[in-house]
Amino acid sequence: MSDTSSVGIVAPQTAHFAEPLVLKSGEILPSYDLVYETYGTLNADKSNAVLICHALSGHHHVAGKYQEDDKYPGWWDNLIGPGRPLDTNRFFVIGLNNLGGCHGSSGPASINPATGKPWGSEFPMLTVEDWVASQARLADHLGIKQLAAVIGGSLGGMQALQWTIGFPERVRHALIIAAAPNLTAQNMAFNEVARQAIITDPEFHGGDYYAHGVVPRRGLRIARMLGHITYLSDDAMGAKFGRKLREGEIKYSFDVEFEMESYLRYQGDKFAGEFDANTYLRMTRALDYFDPALEYDGDLSAALAKAQANFLVVSFTSDWRFSPARSREIVKALLDNELSVSYAEVTAAHGHDAFLMPDPHYHDILRSYLQNIDTGAAA
Amino acid sequence: MSKPANNLAAYTQFRQDFAIIADWVKLGSKVLDLGCGDGSLLYFLRGALEVKGYGVEKDDANILACMNNSINVIQMDLEAGLSGFEAQSFDVVILSQTLQAVQNTEGIVKEMLRVGREAIVTFPNFGYWRHRTQLIAGQMPVSENLPYQWYDTPNVHLCTINDFEEFCAKHNIHISERRVLTDGKPVQVMPNLLGSLAMYRLKQA
Repeated sequence: MSDTSSVGIVAPQTAHFAEPLVLKSGEILPSYDLVYETYGTLNADKSNAVLICHALSGHHHVAGKYQEDDKYPGWWDNLIGPGRPLDTNRFFVIGLNNLGGCHGSSGPASINPATGKPWGSEFPMLTVEDWVASQARLADHLGIKQLAAVIGGSLGGMQALQWTIGFPERVRHALIIAAAPNLTAQNMAFNEVARQAIITDPEFHGGDYYAHGVVPRRGLRIARMLGHITYLSDDAMGAKFGRKLREGEIKYSFDVEFEMESYLRYQGDKFAGEFDANTYLRMTRALDYFDPALEYDGDLSAALAKAQANFLVVSFTSDWRFSPARSREIVKALLDNELSVSYAEVTAAHGHDAFLMPDPHYHDILRSYLQNIDTGAAA
Repeated sequence: MSKPANNLAAYTQFRQDFAIIADWVKLGSKVLDLGCGDGSLLYFLRGALEVKGYGVEKDDANILACMNNSINVIQMDLEAGLSGFEAQSFDVVILSQTLQAVQNTEGIVKEMLRVGREAIVTFPNFGYWRHRTQLIAGQMPVSENLPYQWYDTPNVHLCTINDFEEFCAKHNIHISERRVLTDGKPVQVMPNLLGSLAMYRLKQA
């Protein structure tokens, strides 16, 4: 391997959990699998573990490659590796696929042990709280009592925040990136359109499409196209595509004429070919439902009263789906509780997607913060 | 714990204005430093007085410097006010050599006294005799505390000690203590003429 800052060749592992998980909805998941990857070495007192929480379409393959000739590495590879901002020479990094996912952890496409058939529509609805509870069990499985840090962007940032509320004594640092304390009505509206695209696809079959040997591809494709528009800023789309025509002239048709259309269709097709529609539905619902302040009459500061972690909150100036103003709400609640918090508002053109980009200043911020995290004994 | 940056530790030792501020800040108090730069004042106060400190900064490079020094820093523009901070939620709010560079001077001083039970303001005294002689000689003053040329200065609201005290009187701000320094040494006589740096402890009257 020529790139010495990569974690190199990695392999996923699976943990089986036989103890039932009581979900926030009241439903019970009798048993489940979580698929995960780790990078770096867990130190002797198990104090250098960092959990990466994924967003809507993410999974456990966060860094490295499975084979030398893989076209792409893990989805946050630019962050993780020896000498990278999240330095695997110091930290033991864990990535997992959340429950309800479609990359190996128990989800709607998995076999329901009770019926011997895919769960489909019967797979329970999950919340951020449920994910964090299952992640805590994965930490138990790995013998980790306290995480050095939990890191997440977007929906992953919500999980990092929830860790500090649900398991305050089990997380020393939370890095909450391009997130929000809950979704605005407009933000939830995008999710609803995405779900309607899927649910009204004739091949959805109420969520039990596996039995019919089909997938609601068209719906999932449209859902993803819509998502992509909201993850980019107007400026970023303008810079990337502008009004560029694919073939140089207008053809008076509904075929792909503008470059932007080509991009959206490509992204939609690619996603619809590899992601499970039932997972997409559940992920968007988990986003909608997340609202830790709800039990406290909307008082986020009260919701965070039990938190003990140190926080880094990061937002991006052009992110309109998880705007800086929403991150500032989190910061205010942390300040109200006199918690240790730093906040960086990164000037970036890429919209919500900026949290995955290797912007030098953004990565310097993460590097500086992470290198000051105490890992206890030497790794 | 994180390693202190050695150069910062050495640097802060020789800042007489830092020592005076430390004199005014109680052990273990909660401090907000507006325009905190690289976090050196908070770093010093944390080491000397175990304060719980937060900085406010807008500049990217300074945010990064604070992160490197393990200083809690909030990236925001002071000019937009301090709406992210509750009233009377800090023991002390500090504006160290930044007053002269803010646009909304009245608004910011008012916000300091809303958020803090006490405010500390320091600024370069434009009335310092070296500044006056440079002006008489026909040039904009450049000095230790005003190190910029007229064309690259961030300073927009320079004032003298007399100006500032008039400002406080007009805005119902009580001056509980004042120190004036030149070359790090206290100035007792004719401070508006002989003083280069003015330091104030303020409360809402």
